[in-house]
Amino acid sequence: MNEKTMKASRKWQTLFFVVLIFGMTLASSAITEFNIFHGLATLPKAGAWIFSNLLITQESLERLPTILEKLLETILMSIAATTTGTAVAFFLSLMGSKTTGTSRALGVFARFVASVSRNIPVVAWALILLLSFGQNSMTGYLALFVGSVGFLTRAFIESIDEASQSAVEALRATGATYFQIVFKAVVPQCLPQMISWILFMIETNIRSATLVGILTGTGIGYAFDLYYKTLNYNAVALVTFSIIIAVIVIELMSNYIRKVII
Amino acid sequence: MSLLQIKDLGKSYNSDSKVLQGLNFEVEAGEFLSVIGPSGAGKSTLLRCINRMVEIDEGKVVFDGQDVGALNKKELRKVRTTIGMIFQHYNLVPRLSVIENVLHGRFGYKTTIQGILGRFNEAEKEHAFFLLKKLGIEEHAYKRCDQLSGGQQQRVGIARSLIQEPKIVLCDEPIASLDPNASKVIMDHLKSITQELGITCIVNLHQVEIAKDYSDRIIGLNKGGIVFDGPSYRLHRSHTDLIYGTQSKATPEIRELIMV
Repeated sequence: MNEKTMKASRKWQTLFFVVLIFGMTLASSAITEFNIFHGLATLPKAGAWIFSNLLITQESLERLPTILEKLLETILMSIAATTTGTAVAFFLSLMGSKTTGTSRALGVFARFVASVSRNIPVVAWALILLLSFGQNSMTGYLALFVGSVGFLTRAFIESIDEASQSAVEALRATGATYFQIVFKAVVPQCLPQMISWILFMIETNIRSATLVGILTGTGIGYAFDLYYKTLNYNAVALVTFSIIIAVIVIELMSNYIRKVII
Repeated sequence: MSLLQIKDLGKSYNSDSKVLQGLNFEVEAGEFLSVIGPSGAGKSTLLRCINRMVEIDEGKVVFDGQDVGALNKKELRKVRTTIGMIFQHYNLVPRLSVIENVLHGRFGYKTTIQGILGRFNEAEKEHAFFLLKKLGIEEHAYKRCDQLSGGQQQRVGIARSLIQEPKIVLCDEPIASLDPNASKVIMDHLKSITQELGITCIVNLHQVEIAKDYSDRIIGLNKGGIVFDGPSYRLHRSHTDLIYGTQSKATPEIRELIMV
């Protein structure tokens, strides 16, 4: 294949994919009877409603202490779910990684656990666990925990595989034991990525915790649900605002931590 | 009895091609041996069969009177403790300091817990600093390894292998990623390991001239078999042609010869 025919075939490829994407969009909106232009036309109206109703007023500010208490509960629960999830995910990822894996069966097991817990959404986990644990913060914690284990195991496996092959080989050659290799070659090299993933998981969990809280009746999610159902939109606005602030603060903090450790 | 005996060693990673085939040789204590050969000749595999970093398929490797292939996990770790290894890409932990990397060589003598907590005694620490001083990188002891140049990192690698108090040091292309000056420093240090400490060295090399300059003995590998085995002064052009294939082809190895 010379340069000209390659350019020509690439052009056709591009055209093909553009047409394909257009076709798929039109087909799916036709099937679901969703009119994208109608949807866009209602945007200004929705915006107007948000700005007229979701206002933080003096009255709603009086509820701030209760809201902050709930928010703190949610944040702490997210952190607890992430840290305990990290501990489990760390050992699962050691089993699942090619560099540190000891047997094929354990590797398959670890990846299976990770895949199951990751591919069922956190909300679905919350609903499933709700049946056995009831409406309390334990259910929310467990749902976040399971999701964290799945995601972190996957992320850790990739960090371990990527970072440490050569040093692991060197330490194996010196006659070091398995856990000496893990803690002195694997962990030091993967630590920045691992911490980065853990911080990301905390952020994600705070966001999910709000949603999970609506289902399990705990934390800031419960406050949101309560005010929303009692049509107290001003309080809803305050809750939403405090969640946004909290997430941004956590994000800024984790960005700073990332910069320092790397 | 020789320190290392290789008997009918064979290795294949998949069923249709053999990497090593019917290798036989012995290495005496205190020898400086170079293994040369083109890429893919099986040099690295041969080296890794000696400390069983790859499993031995056929034949035997007897090191210091022990059949390496027949050892269980614990015994194998014990044997590896007395075998140092140096790598082309240094294989240090880049985020840790030089001194920490050197002390990693002591893990074989430690319990798991001592190793994880980094409990090293005064004698070991002094030994580590002594080696760093000898290799001329004492002032970098507390720097992170990723701040050092390639030649300096390789010297850390040498220190890590020497602190094991090994009987043999296996060097897998130790100078393949280094410039000529750094290469000379590294080769001089390796040579002094054999001459001053009496430790056997097996060095995989690409550069025939360097192999001839430094080693007592050269083994030439081609396609997994030995095509030359003898004192380095007896290695002639005809042998290198045999090792690297015909001379008419401008192979990368010949280009390296000119460069060196």
